[in-house]
Amino acid sequence: MYGNDFGPPEEAPGGGLLGEVEAAEAALREAAARQRRGAPASDDDLAGYFAEVIEADQKIEPRDWMPEKYRKTLIRQIAQHAHSEIIGMQPEGNWISRAPSLKRKAILLAKVQDEAGHGLYLYAAAETLGVSRDELVDLLLNGRQKYSSIFNYPTLTWADVGAIGWLVDGAAIVNQVPLCRCSYGPYARAMIRICKEESFHQRQGYEILHSLSHGTPAQKAMAQDAVNRWWYPSLAMFGPPDGESTHSAQSMAWKIKRFSNDELRQRFVDMCVQQAEVLGLTIPDPDLRWNEERQAYDFTQPDYDELMRVISGDGPCNRQRMAHRRRAHAEGAWVREAAAAYAAKRAAEKKEKVAA
Amino acid sequence: MSDPSPLWEVFVRARRGLSHTHVGSLHAPDAELALRNARDLYTRRQEGVSIWVVPAGAITASSPDEKDAFFDPAADKVYRHPTFYEVPDGVAHL
Amino acid sequence: MNGPFEFTLRLGDDALIAAQRLAEWTTRAPEMEEDIALANIALDQLGAARLLLTYAGELEGAGRDEDALAFLRDDREFRNCLLVELPNGDFAVTMAKLLFLSAYQLPLYTALAGGADERLVAIGAKARKESAYHLDHASLWVRRLGDGTEESHRRMQAAVDEIWPYTAELFAPDPGAPVDPSTLRPEFERVVTEVLAEATLTRPESGWAPAGGRDGLHTEHLSYLLAEMQVLHRAHPGARW
Ligand SMILES: [Fe+2]
Ligand SMILES: [Fe+2]
Repeated sequence: MYGNDFGPPEEAPGGGLLGEVEAAEAALREAAARQRRGAPASDDDLAGYFAEVIEADQKIEPRDWMPEKYRKTLIRQIAQHAHSEIIGMQPEGNWISRAPSLKRKAILLAKVQDEAGHGLYLYAAAETLGVSRDELVDLLLNGRQKYSSIFNYPTLTWADVGAIGWLVDGAAIVNQVPLCRCSYGPYARAMIRICKEESFHQRQGYEILHSLSHGTPAQKAMAQDAVNRWWYPSLAMFGPPDGESTHSAQSMAWKIKRFSNDELRQRFVDMCVQQAEVLGLTIPDPDLRWNEERQAYDFTQPDYDELMRVISGDGPCNRQRMAHRRRAHAEGAWVREAAAAYAAKRAAEKKEKVAA
Repeated sequence: MSDPSPLWEVFVRARRGLSHTHVGSLHAPDAELALRNARDLYTRRQEGVSIWVVPAGAITASSPDEKDAFFDPAADKVYRHPTFYEVPDGVAHL
Repeated sequence: MNGPFEFTLRLGDDALIAAQRLAEWTTRAPEMEEDIALANIALDQLGAARLLLTYAGELEGAGRDEDALAFLRDDREFRNCLLVELPNGDFAVTMAKLLFLSAYQLPLYTALAGGADERLVAIGAKARKESAYHLDHASLWVRRLGDGTEESHRRMQAAVDEIWPYTAELFAPDPGAPVDPSTLRPEFERVVTEVLAEATLTRPESGWAPAGGRDGLHTEHLSYLLAEMQVLHRAHPGARW
């Protein structure tokens, strides 16, 4: 139904992030073919065998023995990631009804729908670690598991949809592309699929901002205002600075995490500078400048106290986002019960027929 | 009482001539809903595909708790593909 | 009077307003899988609306494209049936609306696909498959809610009773149109009667039959829907997005 949307397919400039996702996919296959002894020798050998698989850059699969802390760390990380996809639908979902053209409406609806899909892929990946989706959803709803703090900021104008696509999905991709090489198989495979879809998200956001910044003065001002508000919260998405990050070292050793928070943040800033120039928009950081020695941009760090406040529940929209999710879950209960009751009736009928 | 929304494993034949491949799992109260959800979640309703859903509990594996999920890229509506978007000349890393 | 432009506009408006309502469910569905399903159906309706409104604009020949028709008309100029503009209500009301809408759109698009107008043939052929999917989805849920728990049965019956009167308008005779809606009624009746029976629901008696949508006389709900849908587009006259 989108016949007038077709444009000539183009390759991503410079191979870009999609290229990195494909490289991760190729590496996954290549590592799988690498010669290695086939199974642990005895029960005493389990930890050694686990270490060898990780060492060979191969994947740990659900049935493999794994340290309890590895399992716990993954469950926490994947669940938090899944919750973020689901809660993250709300800020952008806020603009579906008011999208300024039918084409933009269709794209935004498809994008928000994708995020629901990402949430479900990730819950499925977490379930392979022996936890149920219902348990994880409960942990989210009673506030015992977190989601990305970025989604606690409001979307005040249409340009925020563009800024989220460009900056928030952009930061998410920088974070997530290395996860395509994560040592846990189901998570790595989910991330490969998700990253391919995320690339569409970032581009649609960039295209929105590009249209606005090349539109009327009011549109351009709207775009600049959105970038001003989303820039620092996006930088904060990479987490606290390396010195203060609690989980990093062990996750690096287990190849769950491949780069430090600060490395990824730097990579993101370096990418954004030139993209902002093409947009004709200003990154709201007077101290942003190229450092010849480091071959990277110097930039102002986000306010990490604010990050901590938002994580602990005091962002502008924490209460609203949680209340919205809880309401949807509670109001849907009678529907889920009806479906279960219907299924139980049909199963009972079948049994009766077999017995007769 | 049994699980009101059990786990189903989903297998998709992406194109004619290929065999069904495991693409992931989902929850549904019964087979009809599982099939419906699988179509929406894992194929976004491409035509020409065939889907199997199997109760996860009905699978016997040589490694009893293996439930491993494989995710393939899906060919979707055109605007879902990043190459659909116009990237102005000279923009890198997008 | 009711030439191809008017006819195409009606279909396009039905699809557009249905899409707008269905999309309101995003982030609110009873289950995450259903969030995705409702978005899919909304996307189908929106896609059909874009094709139909684009074609309506061409038939009119006044230079209006899909966005001009969607965003720059007032409620008295909209030609959708009342059924699609009614609020979503609970999930049962939404499924009742979707059941009746898709049981009407499926034979309509099927007839279009076999018609004489090449553009409408192409649109009908594509939209027909999507309508079959929507009908299937709505039937699946109406059966589950009707024959699920006591509460769901009560809600589903109430929803059917509430929405049923609005189906009469769908089949008002229009002999000059590319497809005369009154010819679609028997197929609609057959499908709906079967689904309701399977769902252990009672088919309401026909009586009160509100109408007027095809002449631009709507319920009070439409103006609010349009106010929200059109606000941004209208705030920036002539802007490109
Ligand atoms: Fe996502
Ligand atoms: Fe995204």
